[in-house]
Amino acid sequence: MMLTRILSGDFPRSRILALSLLIVLAGLALAPFLFPGARALNVAATICIFILLVASYDLLLGYTGIVSFAHTMFYGIGAYGVGLSLYKVGPTWGAVFMGLTIAVIVSLALALVIGLFSLRVKAIFYAMITLAVASAFAVLASQLSDFTGGEDGRTFSVPEVLRPGFRLIEAEVFGTAINGKLITYYLVFFTALALFLLLLRVVNSPFGRVLQAIRENDFRAEALGYRTVVYRTLANCLSAVTATLAGALMALWLRYAGPQTTLSFTIMMDILLIVVIGGMGTLYGAAIGSALFILAQNYLQALMRQASDGLTAVPVLANLLHPDRWLLWLGVLFVLSVYYFPTGIVGKLRNLKRS
Amino acid sequence: MTTTATSAPADSELPRLRLDVAPLLVLPILALLALPLVGSFPTWVTLTIAGLAMGMMIFIMASGLTLVFGLMDVLNFGHGAFVSVGAFTATLVLLPMQGWMQADSVLLNLSALGLAVALAILVTGALGWAFERIIVMPVYGQHLKQILITMGGMIVAEQMIHVIWGPDQIPLPLPASFRGVFLFGDVAVEKYRLLAVAVGLIVFVAMFLVLNRTKVGLLIRAGVENGEMVEALGYRIRRLFVGVFVAGSALAGLGGVLWGLYREMLTASMGADLMVLVFIVIIIGGLGSVGGCFIGAMLVALVANYTGFLAPKIALVSNILLMVAILLWRPQGLFPVAKR
Repeated sequence: MMLTRILSGDFPRSRILALSLLIVLAGLALAPFLFPGARALNVAATICIFILLVASYDLLLGYTGIVSFAHTMFYGIGAYGVGLSLYKVGPTWGAVFMGLTIAVIVSLALALVIGLFSLRVKAIFYAMITLAVASAFAVLASQLSDFTGGEDGRTFSVPEVLRPGFRLIEAEVFGTAINGKLITYYLVFFTALALFLLLLRVVNSPFGRVLQAIRENDFRAEALGYRTVVYRTLANCLSAVTATLAGALMALWLRYAGPQTTLSFTIMMDILLIVVIGGMGTLYGAAIGSALFILAQNYLQALMRQASDGLTAVPVLANLLHPDRWLLWLGVLFVLSVYYFPTGIVGKLRNLKRS
Repeated sequence: MTTTATSAPADSELPRLRLDVAPLLVLPILALLALPLVGSFPTWVTLTIAGLAMGMMIFIMASGLTLVFGLMDVLNFGHGAFVSVGAFTATLVLLPMQGWMQADSVLLNLSALGLAVALAILVTGALGWAFERIIVMPVYGQHLKQILITMGGMIVAEQMIHVIWGPDQIPLPLPASFRGVFLFGDVAVEKYRLLAVAVGLIVFVAMFLVLNRTKVGLLIRAGVENGEMVEALGYRIRRLFVGVFVAGSALAGLGGVLWGLYREMLTASMGADLMVLVFIVIIIGGLGSVGGCFIGAMLVALVANYTGFLAPKIALVSNILLMVAILLWRPQGLFPVAKR
């Protein structure tokens, strides 16, 4: 069947999950027409990119059982690669592809070196090494200000087709102008969708099975004749390249590359939170998790502000509900979900059906 | 017992461990190599003492972490939270006691600091106990979950600091008598750095004595070497572990106070920022080894200071380069712990 091929035989296996995935998909596909306004479109594009980014991280954490803190580094390489190339060469498609190629090569080389260097040993070792390397990279990016623009980052122009001023057709469709911003959005959307389906293909292939075997028991996988180091390194490289592509999309969308939007540790934390809350070891978790998380990040804070303002009389409680403290509640949710539902929202929904 | 005693020569002792000298030599060699590069002797002394002071503070923070890992195979990614909490707790004492802090008397200054440190140690120790019971205990032996859960614990702790102390940075001035420098001829040494070196040495010596001269220390070392055997001999290693965890957290709190005064500015993420250095240190030293942790901390700090002076651009990645160099030489760290 067609659908089986597209989803690589990995169905949601839960009615509610399938329904929510459809809502996310339809919402994102029709976002420019359903939710007018620059902010809503920005939220939708961020969701698309994060679904890709988180799905690629899930390949590492959920499927292979590797904890890496360097995922934002690869994301940043993608963004900076495209961004700096557009900044130096000028707004041409050639510059985009050149930057992308360089970024992918750099990411691959780094992922390979870090992987071969530290994936032989324990998970904990890899987590520490990636943390160190990623933070060094972030410092480097913000310090080499002649090259990267430092803390301010680089603002650049994109090829003309992608600029907001560009009109494909003069007429408006359903009250929405068909401009460059819209084209950029659909570029982001379809690239993210295609890469997501590709990742789905990867994790449901024999290669993906081996990764899961390594996660469950690496010693046994090794005993069965699979060279775990090779598989782990491959998964690491694949995940790094996907993150690089996500970073490139983000740069094209924002027309900006800087440390705060790509390299900061906060984003790494966000990715970790989304993977765990959405559900480790299933790519659908990345999709649901990212959608919920980004929506909450953008709209829940307003709700918290109201609650906080209403409670100014109670000092500590008002502080607890302050919109900047929403990470506190996510942290609590994160800890609870690691304990009580390690399979996240998706696992919970799938179990619902069974019981 | 009697049969073996008669068969063995009377003066025979247990075979002693061969002292591993090479890593011990790295430190003086590095310092001496840096001397001609830096060029001027007074600058070199200043840099070295600054490096040692920083190294001592990092050691204080890292020692607990490496012991906890060695003993129970638990790596606490939330260790940095104790550093921040320690520093912020100190403000509860230091800010109201500005009178004592600004008085021109070493005794008053020191007693204010002492009170702050005592409170910080108490609070972080208690927090460590709670952290161990609530966060870490349910996930013994599951590395993946440990990393995730301790990371989550750190997020919550950091946010709670924001809730209690507000979102702004808090300035924390040094006490009056520790500001400024001592001048020995041409050599200028900041007073506070000497204090940090002194505190660090006291902690190191105390830790060394406890680990090598007491029964608890013997059990801890045996536990690091082979935990099951210690349990089989009838000791409750879990209880020992909780003790070490609490002590490690308290040390992180102490380190936090020292570090906060050193930077004179507190942010909730200061601990998390330091964790990168701390991890590099315990990797270099060999996971689980206190001696290695000490040398690793000194190495990292000295290299950072020397390269910061000689080639500021390289200094940003000097830690990583140092780690790569050490791991190429000894893949398990300077002093590998036997079982790993």
